[in-house]
Amino acid sequence: MAYALQQLINGVTLGMIYGLIAVGYTMVYGIIGMINFAHGDVFMVGAFLSLIALLGLSALGITSVPLALALTLIFAAAIAALYGWTVERVAYRPLRGSFRLAPLISAIGMSITLQNFVQVSQGARVKPIEPVIPGGIQIMNQGGFTVQLSWMQIAIVVITLVILGIFTWLVTRTPLGRTMRACEQDLKMASLLGIDTDRTISLTFVIGAALAAVAGFLFLLYYGVIDFYIGFIAGIKAFTAAVLGGIGSLPGAVLGGLLIGLIEVFWSAYFSVEYKDVAAFSILIVVLIFLPTGILGRAEVEKV
Amino acid sequence: MTALLSLSGVTAFYGAIQALRGIDLTVEKGEIVTLIGANGAGKSTLMMTICGNPRARSGLILHDGEDITHWPTHRIMRRGIAQAPEGRRIFSRMTVHENLLMGAEVAGRGDIEALLDQVFTLFPRLKERIGQRGGTLSGGEQQMLAIGRALMSRPALLLLDEPSLGLAPLVVRQIFGAIRDLNRQTGLTVLLVEQNAYQALRLAHRGYVLVNGAITMAGTGAELLARPEIRAAYLEGGHG
Repeated sequence: MAYALQQLINGVTLGMIYGLIAVGYTMVYGIIGMINFAHGDVFMVGAFLSLIALLGLSALGITSVPLALALTLIFAAAIAALYGWTVERVAYRPLRGSFRLAPLISAIGMSITLQNFVQVSQGARVKPIEPVIPGGIQIMNQGGFTVQLSWMQIAIVVITLVILGIFTWLVTRTPLGRTMRACEQDLKMASLLGIDTDRTISLTFVIGAALAAVAGFLFLLYYGVIDFYIGFIAGIKAFTAAVLGGIGSLPGAVLGGLLIGLIEVFWSAYFSVEYKDVAAFSILIVVLIFLPTGILGRAEVEKV
Repeated sequence: MTALLSLSGVTAFYGAIQALRGIDLTVEKGEIVTLIGANGAGKSTLMMTICGNPRARSGLILHDGEDITHWPTHRIMRRGIAQAPEGRRIFSRMTVHENLLMGAEVAGRGDIEALLDQVFTLFPRLKERIGQRGGTLSGGEQQMLAIGRALMSRPALLLLDEPSLGLAPLVVRQIFGAIRDLNRQTGLTVLLVEQNAYQALRLAHRGYVLVNGAITMAGTGAELLARPEIRAAYLEGGHG
């Protein structure tokens, strides 16, 4: 019981990070119907930007942890957003109207480019940081097993919920969000209403990249080590989460992220760590056999 | 005096297929002009080409004397042109209210309430359905919404693509009545594509007949209605 509770806490924490990345995949898919394979690498770039900002701030002598974290988060999200905008502008927009596989190939190229860029500029070795928020609380003690809830886990869950709350408000309540939803439903009609759809698509990449950078920031704080390759694995997992939840569905992306996080953690705890990815992907396959559009996905309606 | 809209020698392609062959057409301020023709004649392509999607391959499209032939769609629509397109293209997962607000993107955020009131006066049914999702509306209500959404941008020129398609005669009469009222009361210029040739020609000041991507006849509504070849091709089988 205590052991399971501990796994639940760990799974939710990891799931939140996957969910944040998955939102970016699902948004881009929703609006232009492509899988942005470079998105995982934008997450990785976000983690590196956070590392650079944290080290820079400590060198500047800023000792207040909340202030340092807030500044880091803003810095990472802003610069990663610029990366997201650039990726779309350079690699995808010129291919709009081309055959369907063209942007996909371009996305894989962009992913490799970002990985190599970080590998060359930051080095290939693993980068560790000191725990920024140490300690935690003990929830219960049962049969010699202590259930730990670290401050870091609480911070991750709280930050994710706040960011997702702001994001949900943006999409459902603001004119910008309404424009984004209109473009997602019918890009051609949106342009007939005078909307600059290229600009809305750019904004979608910018927001998705900022969310991925938040995830990268949290990943760095949680695990304390990053390298140029983390974007690949986390990206594939988050993509899986987006498909599992129903690609194109924003709540689905978060739900899928939580599920993948929980599956991974529980499988590692009770079966074998080596096969945790196999377990996650097997469940994806089973779900897609019975629910081809994912858990919260809509059936594709042919637009006439 | 320059026409509100004029096309000269416009051609357009869908892939390798030529959809429009040298279209010459003018719409004067305050007119209702209709474009009739069979399925696949290129009527909807012509409407979309005016809006820059697809772009005209050759020829010239002037709006208020300005060459808009190569402009991107959103900039054309910001010049006071609105379209209620083929298939209505309602945002089905948005409410009626949100659909109408989307139409007001161009008009800016000024007096949206006044614009909404205008649309609700024209189509009181939309007011009853204001919180309902677009996808749950009936065909007639969706058409009213498509027109209402187009009107939310305060257009000087309204492009209407087959507003009568699939609707009951009573609803068609209601929608055509609304178009006539708008034209008379506000001076709104309308370019109307229709398969329902009889009703369209009776409503319009002038009409064009499109066959295989080319204009074959033009004249006032009454002239075209009187032509035997129009009667044979488009009006046989009753007055819809």
